[in-house]
Amino acid sequence: MSHFVLWSGIATVVVTSTIGDVLQSRAMKEIGDLGLVRREHGLWGVIRRVAANGRFTIGLGFMAIGFFSLLITLSWGDVSIVGPASAALTFIANALAARLYLKERVDHRRWTAALFVAAGVFLLAR
Amino acid sequence: MTIRKYIILVAVMFFAACGDVSLARGMRVFGPVTLATLPHLLTVLLNPWIVLGVLLLIGFFASYLSALSFADLTYVLPATSVSYILMVVLARFFLHEHVTIWRWLGVLLIVTGVGFVATGPEATPGAHRHNRMEPQYEPVAELAEVVEAGNEA
Repeated sequence: MSHFVLWSGIATVVVTSTIGDVLQSRAMKEIGDLGLVRREHGLWGVIRRVAANGRFTIGLGFMAIGFFSLLITLSWGDVSIVGPASAALTFIANALAARLYLKERVDHRRWTAALFVAAGVFLLAR
Repeated sequence: MTIRKYIILVAVMFFAACGDVSLARGMRVFGPVTLATLPHLLTVLLNPWIVLGVLLLIGFFASYLSALSFADLTYVLPATSVSYILMVVLARFFLHEHVTIWRWLGVLLIVTGVGFVATGPEATPGAHRHNRMEPQYEPVAELAEVVEAGNEA
């Protein structure tokens, strides 16, 4: 399998996983603190609100696509490249997407944390 | 941050690490998945370690969603990456895997990263439904005006 195809696979894993993560985060921000929602509306109220949220459902779909893309990409290349590269790049992509789409305040402390954790995950997955 | 929120973050780490380790323990019984063994893959669902692993990962997803409901994604992901460390420790002492010096270095980097994020606030002000500034309730403002007028009189 060529380098281009392998890195396209890794890029697909990173993009779909990141979209899944940010959509789920956005859905949870809209629903609000689940502990408080449960106190007001009970456990079924929480489940109903989460299941009825469109962004949550689409996010779950993207997470599933990300998972199966990872399985397919793993069959194309060495696990020692695909695993660490996709895990570390997903961390960085999540920080970027959270800054741009979720409008989170990603200060230098959070960027440093994301870079350190991405580097750590890269070494763990080698 | 309240104790309840700390418990939820710890639950995310615990369920993620223990869930993955349980699945790994169960899959050891099955052995490597090949085309020949693929039709028998469903039998792993009868393995108690796999059942426990699936239950723990359901717990992980519930606590992860709960964490995202009060904290930013850029806080939850690094803060709960402690689960990777727990996973390495469990792999070393429970599954008796060989952990290289590079992996221990990875653990050190994650600990440092978590240290950076843990000292900051968990949420961007106004980003979550429950920490948005609510507009002042109109009758309260009117009542305040009446009280003020009464005091002046």
